[in-house]
Amino acid sequence: MTAIGKVSLRDTVLQRGRSKERSRLLVFNHTVLLLLTAFAVIPLLVLAFNSVKTNLEIGQNPLGPPVNVVAENFPNAWERGNFAVTMGNSVIYVVATIAAELVLGGLAAYALARKRPPGSDLLMLYFLVASTIPLWMYIVPLFVQINALKRLGVDARILLIIVYVAGNAPLTIFLLRSYMIDLPTELEDAARVDGANEFQVLTRIVLPLTKPGFLTVGLVVGLGVWNEFLLALTFIHDPNQFPVTTSFYKFVDRFDRDWSLTSAGAIIIIFPVMVLFLALQRQFIEGLAEGGIKT
Amino acid sequence: MAVYVQKKPTSIFEKVNDETWRRKFLRNVLIPWIFIAPLLIIHILVVAVPAVQGIYMSLTDWTGIGMNVNFIGLDNYHRLFFEDETFAKALGNNIAWMAFFLTVPFILALFCATQLAQVKRGGMIYRSILFIPYVLASVVTTTIWKNLLNPRQGIGAALDNLLGLEDVFGVAFLGRRESALMSIAFIDNWHFWGFLMILFLAAMQSIPPVLYDAAKIDGANRWDEFRHVTLPGIRPVMLFMYMMVAIWSFLAFDYIFLLTQGGPAGASEVIATQLYKNAFFRFQAGYGAAQGVVISIFAGFIILIFVTLRRRGWDI
Repeated sequence: MTAIGKVSLRDTVLQRGRSKERSRLLVFNHTVLLLLTAFAVIPLLVLAFNSVKTNLEIGQNPLGPPVNVVAENFPNAWERGNFAVTMGNSVIYVVATIAAELVLGGLAAYALARKRPPGSDLLMLYFLVASTIPLWMYIVPLFVQINALKRLGVDARILLIIVYVAGNAPLTIFLLRSYMIDLPTELEDAARVDGANEFQVLTRIVLPLTKPGFLTVGLVVGLGVWNEFLLALTFIHDPNQFPVTTSFYKFVDRFDRDWSLTSAGAIIIIFPVMVLFLALQRQFIEGLAEGGIKT
Repeated sequence: MAVYVQKKPTSIFEKVNDETWRRKFLRNVLIPWIFIAPLLIIHILVVAVPAVQGIYMSLTDWTGIGMNVNFIGLDNYHRLFFEDETFAKALGNNIAWMAFFLTVPFILALFCATQLAQVKRGGMIYRSILFIPYVLASVVTTTIWKNLLNPRQGIGAALDNLLGLEDVFGVAFLGRRESALMSIAFIDNWHFWGFLMILFLAAMQSIPPVLYDAAKIDGANRWDEFRHVTLPGIRPVMLFMYMMVAIWSFLAFDYIFLLTQGGPAGASEVIATQLYKNAFFRFQAGYGAAQGVVISIFAGFIILIFVTLRRRGWDI
């Protein structure tokens, strides 16, 4: 009894000493982290402040919080930046790319993970090598091809979506395939014994169980397309087909000095991303980390 | 006229065998390849075919329009490396860019991740906030920082005001030749480093805590722990990201194009921005394609270095 009491007493003493040191360290940790957080957040705060100031106020107070909050900048920016059209376009680009990517990528990944038809090793090697080819190697010939197709009357938006789908194909296949390989095969075999055909096995068993993989790919691809600038700049020349990024680029060019207008426009662009990010923080962060490591 | 003779199965077994072979072929070969085909074909048409065309195009003097294409061998490459001084300058800028991105974000991310790994309460909140810049579009980030670095209304001017100075910090960082490139790198890094930090943090959190306990028992201080437990634990991720960042340094485009378009007077020009201008503004498609091939060779060379090191027994 006494021995145990002694031990636990010694433990608490030790712990107290350690916790004192620990708390001192924690103060240091939090100081560093708060400074870095400020570095990440302050530019965004300034943007938010400026989006609700008049230009006159920005002239006198370009960084601080607004004295008078004006909301007109948002409808103004929305109107003059043609956001009604370009936001719609961006939504089309994002949704269509994700849909095509998940359907085609899901089919291919399933075949590669489960069926391993002859030639699949070669195919994986192809995607591995092809995923290292920089865009710069093929952008000029691709531009020529796409222009030729556009002249034949093919909608440029469809072509851009196809380019996005292709660009994300290696990542999609690697990620979805690894998710599917991790899945135990017993469930699928059980379904087959019960008389399910291949398509049913895929839609009823594999898809529901690999949902997290599809969500990850969807988020990574969707965010990439929403923010994408270079390809949209290169391939889309009709202002009515612009996604928000290239349209905002022209908008900033035109209203260079009108900070309240451009700040409000910037807020409009990041708003959907921020809402989604705050709702799905964990999936976003882990998904992008996974996507970054595996490609 | 040929007489079509159907060979009737002599026995029921043969028929069954025939059927199962066909079904097997269908199930194990044909259907899987039908599943794979659409994405593969799209990828070949968008990436592989144009990549090969790019190599051919780089050997011609094509302007990008019209039918007048002359095969000129390696002339474009000769011009790039021996005649075009702006290319040497751009290549130098890419290397400066790489030097920046292989140090600054890595140090920042490592430092922050070690701090964050020790925090239990509130860790998730920090993690989320520090990650926010990474999810923003380049057009937005550059707009924010263009305003913040404005010489009269930005942070620099405010700092000058605060310290009673004049035109020390309140200068056009993006408009001056000596500071343009590094200012762009700073802005790109503001967007990028949080991502690196998250990768390091995830790797640190997957190090078994037993290793830290063992180190403590051996009398290790915090620096020893960092050197002998943390660093080896995140080494694979770090080295992989070293490779990726080195490759990305040769592909850099968005931030430079959006902030300075390579100016002033080519001070922030990199190969990618030059390529873009050559191919799409200056009617030198063949020359631009050659630059694309050169970028790819650099990227391939970096991959080769890492693959060789791995073969030599580094665990990457």
